[in-house]
Amino acid sequence: MSYVTRRKLGEQPLWQHGQPLLGRLDIELTERCDNDCVHCCICLPEHDEAARRREMSTAQVQAVLTEAAALGALAVRFTGGEPLIRDDFEELYLFARRLGLKVMLFTNARGVTPRIADLLARVPPLELVEVSVYGMSGRTYDGASRRRGSYDEFRRGVELLLERGVRFVVKGALLPGLAGEVAEFEEWAATLPAMDKPPGYSMFFDLRGRRDCGGSAAEPPAAGCDFERRNETIRRVRLSPADGVRFLSRDRERYLKDMREFCSKFMRPPGDTLFSCGAGHGACVDAYGAVQACLPLRAPDTVVSLRDEPGSLRYALTEAFPRLREARATNPEYLRRCAVCFLKGLCEQCPAKSWAESGTLDTPVEYLCEVAHEQARDLGLLEPGESAWQIEDWKGRVERI
Amino acid sequence: MNIAADAVYKPSDDVVAREIEGEIIIVPLVAGIGDMEDELFTLNDTGKAIWDKLDGQRSLADVVTELSPEFEAEDGAIERDVLGLVAELVQRKMLVAV
Repeated sequence: MSYVTRRKLGEQPLWQHGQPLLGRLDIELTERCDNDCVHCCICLPEHDEAARRREMSTAQVQAVLTEAAALGALAVRFTGGEPLIRDDFEELYLFARRLGLKVMLFTNARGVTPRIADLLARVPPLELVEVSVYGMSGRTYDGASRRRGSYDEFRRGVELLLERGVRFVVKGALLPGLAGEVAEFEEWAATLPAMDKPPGYSMFFDLRGRRDCGGSAAEPPAAGCDFERRNETIRRVRLSPADGVRFLSRDRERYLKDMREFCSKFMRPPGDTLFSCGAGHGACVDAYGAVQACLPLRAPDTVVSLRDEPGSLRYALTEAFPRLREARATNPEYLRRCAVCFLKGLCEQCPAKSWAESGTLDTPVEYLCEVAHEQARDLGLLEPGESAWQIEDWKGRVERI
Repeated sequence: MNIAADAVYKPSDDVVAREIEGEIIIVPLVAGIGDMEDELFTLNDTGKAIWDKLDGQRSLADVVTELSPEFEAEDGAIERDVLGLVAELVQRKMLVAV
């Protein structure tokens, strides 16, 4: 007889009596980053003192971690910006682990020092570290990060993780540089001990999530904060819808199999409900202490300030977010198109992306609409020239594939 | 593994025990206990009742004595469970002798 059960989360149910209020907390420890990636929707310069002063203090992060653990969270995700550039990263990491939280660390690995690698080996995060990759050479990586020498530092960081046996996975940002190095990237990724499947990619990049310019030295604002200039750079490096769909379906047989399964489950018009996603069922905290319903959703009216009073996470999860999830779209264009469009499952349109693009929660994002339509035409769900919101017999279309 | 009834045990500093929604979850803190991601340890109902009393103060014999009125069990069953759980937890480096 065994009294102790080793449980693999996701494969065995953990809870017999009821789910905890919070499963995982996501925290952006900082928006500052040692890279200045061309496509980044959030990064601020590493030495932006004004941003650093606004960030949550060590004690404030510890307080929110403590509340998350008290609400039953099993894990915390440390992301950014680049979380490793915070001076108190080690302290926060150990604090989270001593609370019994597993830590998911999202990093570019440039800041992985022997000391950090030793820490992660000695006190394992119990989650895979996730390393973002922007290129497989100094030319492509440094070109994307706009930081000379960043590729060498990334490779050094990754080597340290490998030497210490810290398990990590890599994911690629499909920028023009890495797009030409996919084979090399995937060949290398396959050699990493924790990579049991090909790496994932980001490719349909979000615009600036705070509708700000990010203070990039490479794109100084013309006057004030010219975030549209920065957004133009992001638009330039986004894949075209056709190229995106070609990339997604490059393993055609597997892609079609996955999409058949996906479409049978998730294709239907969302109606006027704005949040048909999981936003608000969990909680995210930004670098300055705002609790968000999801990481990208930064519209000021949708967040709860942690600094208002203790217990803000509970308040957000039990009162503010349930109210937010009841929000309905009112934009006539959204109601005419998105609300009745059966491609909702394929389309990444959501309030967060709408806000980043247009400053409202319910404006159709044309780029995402084009990507979803391109994908639908490729799958045979739509004929050329058709708009998905005009298809009445959408169930018949879904059954076709 | 021989576990003496007069021995005193406490949770190892190398694990963190959390009670969430009525479950005792044991989370490894340092390498060598359960380093694979997505893995945690839980105790069965018998284990939960015993774990709460392994506080570094009570001997295992005390634990058996305290648990006996709470459970209707055949002679020797509670002692077997206490010693069995402790042996398993010590082997997994989750308990240490005081």
